Amino acid sequence: MGTGAGDLALTSAGTKQNRINDFGITIFKLALHLKMQLSTKHLLGIRALTRQDIELILSTAEQFKDVLQRPVKKVPSLRDVTIVNLFYENSTRTRISFELAEKRLSADTINFTASGSSVSKGETLLDTVNNILSMKVDMVVMRHSASGAPHFLSRHISAAIVNAGDGINEHPTQGLLDALSMKQALGTLEGIRVAIIGDIMHSRVAMSNIYLLKKMGAEVMVAGPPTLIPPYIQEAFGVKVEYNIKNALQWCDVANVLRIQLERQSQPLFSSLREYNLVYGVTRKLLDGLSKEIVIMHPGPINRGVELDSDVADSGHSLILQQVENGVAVRMAVLYLLAGKN
Amino acid sequence: MKIILHPEQLKLTIQRLAHQLTENEIDFTRTVFIGIQPRGIKFADRIIECIRQLYPREKVQYGKLDITFYRDDVRREIHIANQTTIDFSVEGKTVILIDDVLYTGRTIRSALDALLDFGRPEKVALCTLIDRRFSRELPIQPDYCGWTIDSIVTQRVTVQWEQEQVILH
Repeated sequence: MGTGAGDLALTSAGTKQNRINDFGITIFKLALHLKMQLSTKHLLGIRALTRQDIELILSTAEQFKDVLQRPVKKVPSLRDVTIVNLFYENSTRTRISFELAEKRLSADTINFTASGSSVSKGETLLDTVNNILSMKVDMVVMRHSASGAPHFLSRHISAAIVNAGDGINEHPTQGLLDALSMKQALGTLEGIRVAIIGDIMHSRVAMSNIYLLKKMGAEVMVAGPPTLIPPYIQEAFGVKVEYNIKNALQWCDVANVLRIQLERQSQPLFSSLREYNLVYGVTRKLLDGLSKEIVIMHPGPINRGVELDSDVADSGHSLILQQVENGVAVRMAVLYLLAGKN
Repeated sequence: MKIILHPEQLKLTIQRLAHQLTENEIDFTRTVFIGIQPRGIKFADRIIECIRQLYPREKVQYGKLDITFYRDDVRREIHIANQTTIDFSVEGKTVILIDDVLYTGRTIRSALDALLDFGRPEKVALCTLIDRRFSRELPIQPDYCGWTIDSIVTQRVTVQWEQEQVILH
């Protein structure tokens, strides 16, 4: 009886101590959180973000991912915010994903595509945007084929700008959603090995991935034909370069396979798509020959049978559809965190 | 700075509320408890601990609700979200919302919005440790209340769980 009471007292003292410790940590986190905000007013690229910014966006995205699992997938956070989606270049995933993210946050949205607008009558980018903003729009989501277009815009307008891909420069939300997918698959970004395979030269996804992964402490390798890898990339970004796909796959934990961007290649940079597939394509046979399991990612749209074979894209190793799912949560996080900065 | 509740009072208040919440032949399959993140959780944890001691054989359903995305002041200030864990259905149940300090009522307003996105409860009741009366900005009142206090806007009420006391400063 006596020992029983003693045990009880001991346990309750123990839990009390734990509770106090837990509470101290909670308060610390809370204090940290209350001060936490993005260091930037626009999301122009990963290059301008700090490691804290990236962590904040990813942790907020995880909360939004929970929201997307609920019966009601919508929250009223941005109900007084109006967002314009300015797409000067074609897009399926990114545009639908942004639009869905805006609707899930209860924002009002307007969609603008360059074809069918007054752009064909000769209106400049700045005029178009200023006209739209004069109708009381708070945020601009923008895709443009010219690198630096959103940066130019950010010097002339006060609304918050989210870059949805500019030329061959950056595609920051893709970089963030790739990072979230890798973090969910491997548990961390610190120290993981990521091989980015394919058309590095013309890829904004590659740029955003490299900036982000280096900031988060991952190891990065680029692989592909020499004509599609910028010669300065090793010195400029501290990434490994590999011309043999098998070696790259054997080295990495994650292979992020990129699309061959024929529309951006003004001169032929490899002989044929068939030859590209034979030498640089990621195939089932290559993966079966590895001594370990790796995960496969692709930002879409996939050229099936060119950079990625169908049986790899649709296999259990592929994170491709998780990437798309994470895209909405990441974009919700970005829009939510930028909305308060007006 | 003034101490409103001493450790002994705080303990008794929590015990009293746990008894009040369960005194009318509570059916634990039809009644669920939801603490409001982040500060309401500490208080809710204590209430639930107490109820579980009173009814050791019952399964007490307890969830945590984060209301960040339902706030009405996004434009003024960005708040960082916490975890929401409600791993049971609230459809047709009686929901007891638990928070530590009731002040303007705006948090509870957001919590009601957030809660309705999880289903349609039969009834929602509110349990708070401290009610700062005369400072409400919305018509919201507690159903179960630890202490009612008078305070002015410039004052703050803080529950210090590590010292087990409530202070007004």
